[in-house]
Amino acid sequence: MTVPFLEVSDFTVTYGNTVIMHDVSFTVNKEDVFIIMGGSGCGKSTLLTVLTGLKQPAKGTEMFVGRPFWGNGATKADRDALMRQAGILYQSGALWSSMTLAENVALPLEQYTFLTAAEIKDIVALKLDLVGLGGFQNYYPAEISGGMKKRAGLARALALDPQIVFFDEPSAGLDPISSKNLDDLILQIKENMHTTIVMVTHELPSIFAIGTNSIYLDAQSKTVIAQGSPNELLKNPPNETLKHFLTRGEK
Amino acid sequence: MPADIVLKKNQDQSLSLFLSGEWLSKNNIDNRAAVFDAVEKKDFDSIILDGSQITQWDSQLTAFLVHVMEICKQNNIRCVLNNFPTGIDSLLALAFAVPKHTEAAKTIQHKAFLTFLGNVVLQFLEKTKSVYAFARQTYASLVRFFLGRAVMRRADLFYEFQEAGPGAFPIVSLICFLVGLILAFVGSIQLKLFGAQIYVSSLVAIAVTRVMGAIMAGVIMAGRTGASYAATLGSMQVNEEVDALKTMGISPFDFLVTPRMLALSLMMPLLVVYADLMGILGGAFVGIFMLGLSPEDYFRMTMKALLMKNIIIGIIHGAIYGVIIALCGCFQGINCGRNASAVGSATTSAVVYSIVWMTIATAVLTFIFSVCGV
Ligand SMILES: Nc1ncnc2c1ncn2[C@@H]1O[C@H](COP(=O)(O)OP(=O)(O)OP(=O)(O)O)[C@@H](O)[C@H]1O
Ligand SMILES: [Mg+2]
Repeated sequence: MTVPFLEVSDFTVTYGNTVIMHDVSFTVNKEDVFIIMGGSGCGKSTLLTVLTGLKQPAKGTEMFVGRPFWGNGATKADRDALMRQAGILYQSGALWSSMTLAENVALPLEQYTFLTAAEIKDIVALKLDLVGLGGFQNYYPAEISGGMKKRAGLARALALDPQIVFFDEPSAGLDPISSKNLDDLILQIKENMHTTIVMVTHELPSIFAIGTNSIYLDAQSKTVIAQGSPNELLKNPPNETLKHFLTRGEK
Repeated sequence: MPADIVLKKNQDQSLSLFLSGEWLSKNNIDNRAAVFDAVEKKDFDSIILDGSQITQWDSQLTAFLVHVMEICKQNNIRCVLNNFPTGIDSLLALAFAVPKHTEAAKTIQHKAFLTFLGNVVLQFLEKTKSVYAFARQTYASLVRFFLGRAVMRRADLFYEFQEAGPGAFPIVSLICFLVGLILAFVGSIQLKLFGAQIYVSSLVAIAVTRVMGAIMAGVIMAGRTGASYAATLGSMQVNEEVDALKTMGISPFDFLVTPRMLALSLMMPLLVVYADLMGILGGAFVGIFMLGLSPEDYFRMTMKALLMKNIIIGIIHGAIYGVIIALCGCFQGINCGRNASAVGSATTSAVVYSIVWMTIATAVLTFIFSVCGV
C-alpha cells in the first residue's frame, strides 16, 4: 500500500479560547481533487491556513508525503521545505500589486531555483500560456479582470511545478461560464501535471464536476460529519444537513 | 545527469535536436544559448526534436518546447516532435489553446525628452484640476455640515476629535518637552557668558509660544494624523468602500473628509497651547535643575515674557497647519490609486506635502505679521 499523500489526524483548531473545529481527520490520496465543503463560517479557510502551515493546530498531526508537517517533531524548517512542493491560490488571487504578472510568476522561480533569466522567462511564458494569459506578461494586476487575476494566481501557484495545489474558493465571484472554464483548467492541469488538489468551494456544479473525494465541515457540531466522493454523498446522504447542502435545500 | 541538447544539421535542410538527461527546473539546460542562436538563424525549413533520451522532465522541458515551437510558428518552419514522454502533448495543446494576447501587447517604452516634459506639464495641470475639485467639494461639504445636512455618524466625529486631540498628547508632550529643554540648554550656553542665565526663561517662552510650539505640533500631527488619514482613506479606496458610499448616495466628503477636517483644524489650536505648556516646562527643567535658578524667579520671568499677542500668533499658525494637514491627508487618500503600493505613496505624499505647505504658510504668515508690525 502506498503512503497517503496528505494525512490529517485529530485536528483541533482554535482562535484563543474559541474552538473552531475538533477531531477533524481525513486523508487525501495522490491525484485526488479533494473538496472541503461547509456552510459559511464553519472554518474552511481556517483549516486551509492550518494545512498550509500558517496557523498552528491546538492538537493533532498532519503528514505530508509521508513526512511530518504538524506534530511528530516537525519544525518550521520542515514545513517551509514541504510547502515548496505546494502551490496556493488565494480567494482574491493575492497577486503582488507592484509587480507585473510575469514578475509575480517569476518570483518563486528566482527564489528557489538556479535557473537563468532566459529559462525563467520561458517557464513564466509557459505558465501564463497554460492558464490562457499568454501575452499578458507586462500587465499589472490592477489592469486585468477578476477572473484573469484568479488565473494569474493559478499560474503563480503552479510556478514551481507543485505536487499539491490548495485553492480557496477559486470560482467565487466568477460568472458560471468562467467558473466552468476554471474548473476545466484545474482538471486539465491536474491530469497533465499529476497535481493533487485540495479545494475549498461552495460551488455545487464544481463540486460534482471535479471532486473525487470530500469532507463536510459542520458549523454546529464543529467537526466533519460526512466524507466521501461528492456524487456518492448525493446519492446516499448520511444526514439531513449534508442533503440540505448538496440539494440547496430543495426537496 | 543534467539537461543536454545535441545539435545536428542534416543534408535535407533540416535541423535535428537530440534532447537528453533530466529536464527538471532544478537543472540548467546545457548549451541553451547555442541552440537558440542556431534556431534564430532560420537557415533550414524544419526542426526535428528527439526526446528518446530524456529521463525525467517537468515544466523546464515544456517551456523549452513552447519557445522553440513559437519560433517555428512565426517563421513557418515545420516542427516535429519524436519520442517524447507521454503527457507532454496535452500540456503543449493546453499551452497553445488560447491564442496569445497581442493587441496592444504592452512593452515598456523609453520616451523622448520632449514627450517626458509634456507629460510632466499635463500631469501638473491634471493635478491642479483635481486639487481645485477637492477644495471645492470640501467647501461644499463644510457648508452642508453647518446647515446640518451632511450625512455622517456622530460617533465617527467624536472618534476623530479624540484621535486628533487627546490621542496625540503623549507624543506631543515628549517632543515638545524635549524641544523646550534643548532650546533652554543651547540658549544658556550663550547667556551664561553674560551672566544672564535668567533670560533663558524669556527665550524659551517667546520662542515656544510664537512659533516653535505650533511647528512642532504641526510636524508631529503631519506624521501621525495626516499619514493616518491618507492611509485609511487610501485603503478604503482600494477596498471599494468609497465607491460603496458613493453608490448609496452618501458623499465621501461629508462622511469621511469633513469629520477629519473639523477635528484636526479645531484640535490643532488646543494642541498648540498644550505644546507651549510642555515646551515651557522643558525649559524650566533645565533652568531649575541645571542652571540652579529658583522656580519662583523662573516662572516670574516666564510670565513677563508671555505675551497674549505671541500666544495668539502661535494658535493662528496651529489652526492653519491643521487645515493644511487635514487637506493634504484627505486629498491624497481620496485620490489614491487602487493597489497596495499606491497607498504607500499616498501616505508619503501626504506627509511631504503637509510639511512643504506648512513651511510656505509659515513664511507667508511671518511676512504678514511683520508687515503689520506684530
Ligand atoms: N482571526 C480570527 N480570530 C477569531 N476568530 C476568527 C478569526 N478568523 C476567523 N475566525 C472565526 O473562525 C470561524 C471560521 O472562519 P473561516 O474564515 O475559516 O470560515 P469559512 O468556512 O472560510 O467561511 P466562508 O465560507 O464564509 O469563507 C468563523 O466563525 C470566524 O468568526
Ligand atoms: Mg473562507
